[in-house]
Amino acid sequence: MNPGIGTVYRWELAKLRYQKRTYLGLGAAAIVPILFVVAIHFRHHDRHGGDFAFATYLTRSGLAVPLVIMLFGAVWMFPLITALVAGDIFASEDHNGTLKTILTRSLERQQIFAGKALAALSYAIAAILLDITVAVIAGSIQSGFHSLESLSGTIVSAPKALELVYASMAVYLMPIATVAAFGLLLSAITRNSAAAVVGTLMISLLFQLIGILPGLGGLQPYLLSTQFNAWQGFLRTPIDWSPIVRAAWVCAMYGVPALVAAFLVFLRRDVAGG
Amino acid sequence: MTEAPPVEVRGLEKLYGELRAVDGVDLTVEHGDVYGYLGPNGAGKTTSLRMMLGLIRPSAGEVRLFGRDPTATVEALEGVAGFVEAPTFYPYLTGRRNLELLAAFDGHGAPGRIDAALDTVELTPRAGDRVGGYSHGMKQRLGIAAALLRDPHLLILDEPATGLDPAGMRDMRELIRRLADQGMTVLLSSHLLAEVEELCNRVAIVRSGRIVYEGEIAQLKRSAGTTYRLRTTDNERALAVCQAQPGLNAVRSDNGHISFAAEERVVAGLSEALVRAGALILALSPETATLEHLFFTLTEDAEPAVQPETVAVPHPVAAPELQA
Repeated sequence: MNPGIGTVYRWELAKLRYQKRTYLGLGAAAIVPILFVVAIHFRHHDRHGGDFAFATYLTRSGLAVPLVIMLFGAVWMFPLITALVAGDIFASEDHNGTLKTILTRSLERQQIFAGKALAALSYAIAAILLDITVAVIAGSIQSGFHSLESLSGTIVSAPKALELVYASMAVYLMPIATVAAFGLLLSAITRNSAAAVVGTLMISLLFQLIGILPGLGGLQPYLLSTQFNAWQGFLRTPIDWSPIVRAAWVCAMYGVPALVAAFLVFLRRDVAGG
Repeated sequence: MTEAPPVEVRGLEKLYGELRAVDGVDLTVEHGDVYGYLGPNGAGKTTSLRMMLGLIRPSAGEVRLFGRDPTATVEALEGVAGFVEAPTFYPYLTGRRNLELLAAFDGHGAPGRIDAALDTVELTPRAGDRVGGYSHGMKQRLGIAAALLRDPHLLILDEPATGLDPAGMRDMRELIRRLADQGMTVLLSSHLLAEVEELCNRVAIVRSGRIVYEGEIAQLKRSAGTTYRLRTTDNERALAVCQAQPGLNAVRSDNGHISFAAEERVVAGLSEALVRAGALILALSPETATLEHLFFTLTEDAEPAVQPETVAVPHPVAAPELQA
């Protein structure tokens, strides 16, 4: 069988199985919802909801738990988990000196780039899917698998709410893919894993900082950080598609140039080290 | 494989800002050659090899491997394998797993060659260990195994014996000789001149990014001429005879001996002249220049062991255009 993008993709996933950072990110994704539910349990008697979406429903339906985690995870947890692999995937080849090893086989650079980019994105998707699924299960154990009140005040049945949770997650993956593109770019440019991971997180935090600066409110709809909330359109009756559509093009506006730049850097670079 | 030479390099240059790392390198490796690429540290050997493998884009000039351009497509590396500097692997994977990965990246039946490659480099017993725990020599041998997966016709090896202990160097030398005997063309960069002299039939010697000699080792030695050591019953008179004798070069007196460079036919005439002058020969022995002597002559400014005038450094010759 001739090698191709699929070959690189499969081996990148295989390599991730042997690396500690893989389990660090996945472990965090699995543990955070459990810790969150434990915290809800101990605050159960308080009956005091927070001032964020769905906070008041946390003890009424376990299906509110993944939604609240998506809300808070956008600040740094999911960008960091995404950056852990995306920021490392080219830089680690420089660190190990293995770029020259794989570039002198039978695969074109563009195939290697595509396989690696897909693997980084797959990891981010897997981590978020794991997080949401653990949140649904842990939340349901704690607060029950009950119907959910939408942001419009209508009651959504539990099965329908579960469907909306995963649909929301799919929308959430758009800004996550953009963060991954930033990670790939920094990984290709810096050739340093730590710098790329921290840099990716800093970019994500920078968007949030701009979002809270006074006088820059007009930029809010076009910031990457805002797109992490686009999924809330699914929790309205009827579904509000406008934030979802905007998230699609705003994320593409940031993500596509970053991905193209990463591709060109990787394609044209001299491999003089290792 | 095509009839085109395994390696053809013309006018190859690499600039890093003001630094000219490779400066107009021309060389041709023919089918069946074991070709030595020699030069001091920083002479541009590794940069040249990286350009040959498509890892670095040349600033100017062209590389062709079997007639194909490695900077344009990785297909040019079909039938080509090797490594530059130390071979590198994923330390958290086992030796076998690393080879499985590389074989998957190679395709074309490479996965079926893993066991044979491990056997060839005698790494089968340690194939299940993580590469992070391998010694330098084991990594070098794994590098050869990784190259053999590609069933190469051309093997490019950069300092394959560097860092190995004497037994490891001997094993590596034998392995390369065995591969060459099987018909593989080998381009070998090395600091170990004795190794190159033993293994290679042709060499390129590079200095400051520029080739100062390219051709057969035997031709290089012939062009350097043979040095003779002479002892007679009257060295003072013999020195005068030698200095007057046509065809003798670099004549000098040295610790009770006279040394000079000359062709064999000239030496016959000298012995006759010495007898006529009454300086009877006690000892006359040829001393063929070693590659090491010639290397230092060509790459260092200091006074060389072989007289510079006896070494025929080829003049730059306009290289023919590469055939695609």
